[in-house]
Amino acid sequence: MKPVAGTNAVGLTNNQSTLSWLMQLAVPVATLIAFGVHLLFAKNAPPLETHSYILLFWEILGVSIVLAIAQTFWAGLRQWMRHMWPIFTAAILLLGVWDAITLGFHLLPLPYFPGPAAVLRSLISDRALLLDSTWHSLVLLLSGYTLGVIVGLISGVCIGWSSSVRYWGMPLLKVVGPIPATAWIPFSMVVAPSAIVSAAGLIALAVWFPVTMLTASGVSNTRASYLDVARTLGAGRAYLIFRVAIPAAVPNIFIGLFMGLGASFLTLVVAETVGVKSGLGWYVSWAQGWAEYGKVFAALVIMAAFFSTIMTLLFKLRDRVLVWQKGMIKW
Amino acid sequence: MVTRNVVAASALRVQEVRKSFAVPDAPGTMRLVLDSISFSVAAAELVSLIGPSGCGKSTLLRLIAGLDFPDAGKLLVGEEKILGPKAERGLVFQDPNLFPWLTVRRNIEAGLVARGVLQEKRTEVDEFMRLVGLEAFANSYPHHLSGGMAQRVALARALINHPKVLLLDEPLGALDAFTRMRMQDEVLRLWENRRTTMLLVTHDIDEAIYMSDRILIITPAPGRIDRKIDIELMRPRDRTSESFLRLRSEILEHLDLAGKTTANASA
Ligand SMILES: Nc1ncnc2c1ncn2[C@@H]1O[C@H](COP(=O)(O)OP(=O)(O)OP(=O)(O)O)[C@@H](O)[C@H]1O
Ligand SMILES: [Mg+2]
Repeated sequence: MKPVAGTNAVGLTNNQSTLSWLMQLAVPVATLIAFGVHLLFAKNAPPLETHSYILLFWEILGVSIVLAIAQTFWAGLRQWMRHMWPIFTAAILLLGVWDAITLGFHLLPLPYFPGPAAVLRSLISDRALLLDSTWHSLVLLLSGYTLGVIVGLISGVCIGWSSSVRYWGMPLLKVVGPIPATAWIPFSMVVAPSAIVSAAGLIALAVWFPVTMLTASGVSNTRASYLDVARTLGAGRAYLIFRVAIPAAVPNIFIGLFMGLGASFLTLVVAETVGVKSGLGWYVSWAQGWAEYGKVFAALVIMAAFFSTIMTLLFKLRDRVLVWQKGMIKW
Repeated sequence: MVTRNVVAASALRVQEVRKSFAVPDAPGTMRLVLDSISFSVAAAELVSLIGPSGCGKSTLLRLIAGLDFPDAGKLLVGEEKILGPKAERGLVFQDPNLFPWLTVRRNIEAGLVARGVLQEKRTEVDEFMRLVGLEAFANSYPHHLSGGMAQRVALARALINHPKVLLLDEPLGALDAFTRMRMQDEVLRLWENRRTTMLLVTHDIDEAIYMSDRILIITPAPGRIDRKIDIELMRPRDRTSESFLRLRSEILEHLDLAGKTTANASA
């Protein structure tokens, strides 16, 4: 990652072996600005609410100064800071802006839009329940997603490989597949033995459609010449399916996995909101019922971290599996 | 040196083979690509096919490999009719067609894996990798290889099955002159050691004369065998000898003539 254009223009250090002063100071200065904004507006807020937020500022300030010193002997850290610092700086400044909009000028109606300090306070005070909800969401998401992927891969390979399965399966897929999984909620609640099972089934259904569709198209579009080569090498049907058609379809399959993951997040939250009595979706609607909007926002923060972590893991997996691909786009 | 065990060679017979393809722009019409092709290759013989682009050489090799079927005529290996692809009939395609998801080593192993004999024959993988000079690239993926390197991998991949009949569709086309000559000698050595029956498609007249026992010249539209030339020069052959050069100009003249007559015919 190149240093930001501005750091070179300052001319204090053009040298790659050190981080420019502007870069080193960016995070501490941003922290002080956000801190200042907070102190300015927090005078009329209850001190209990702002206490942990202020502590957080001191922590960020301390850590950023320690890192600024550590990077002078540690090149790997410097590289990472060069890449991450601009975005961290922006994130911290955004906290200040948020503070100013909510607590400062009351531009957004209270209590629906609490300031960052109140959200942090909810996050800390309700951490046990939040952790428990996250755990429940994770279990539900993974069980539904895994089931959907397994079934989707099997049906996708069958549809993609066999023309008779394609003849009967494709129309069904085209008609039933596009219905959003959440539209089945009334039906699934009647059929499934419990709300959890119904939610897992809905998530699986949401994942199944894109995974099947993309696996089938990947398998059926395997280059004929790869299959021909394998056949002249003495390959039987199992080799052709598992060692030619499926590997050739992997780039497509990953697109299906990503689409399915997005659909599964949506279905998870909706299912938890309407049926399941646990998980982050349930937590949001529960907190809303008590008009505790700090907690609503706290749950949203957790969701953002939770979902983006899972997404990142899937990206990492893809990068490992698809090393063979030429000119792969890195997102 | 790759194994000394001699594969029992078998003769290949092509009898009155015709093949046509549907013309995509004009539905319902068929274009004749190969017209009553007949020839046979004796066991352990090396025969070259030469002819202008589009005359049906690759189509013919696909028929012999069992990937396509003729409209009429017969194809036999020994006494056995060709009913589909088999590991004993190896084909090196015109494009290397390496599996992009496998490393060089795993590409070369593919035939052993497909036949379920990888365990017993693992040591041969190294021998073939050495043969084509790609030990250093064992763990590279095909997109890191040059065209010539990819073609060498494709050659090793076909050779590892020890086919009785080896069909080569311009296997050395993408190589530079030096590597090409070295590989010609390597292929000849393999052929001599194994007594494999080989059918080689090439555009290079020198290569055809240098390597083969016999050259079949195919004329296009539709593809027909126009001439069969026996090459009776002693091996190893000298590319600069008088008799070599005489053969060369004879074939060139013939191709030129054949080109003119077809041009007139189509005009
Ligand atoms: N699957 C196919 N469908 C329709 N036409 C085909 C097909 N395969 C080959 N042809 C046609 O058959 C003719 C012969 O093709 P072929 O690939 O055998 O030529 P070739 O002699 O190998 O040429 P080159 O030296 O350029 O490789 C061409 O006109 C081609 O368009
Ligand atoms: Mg060809």
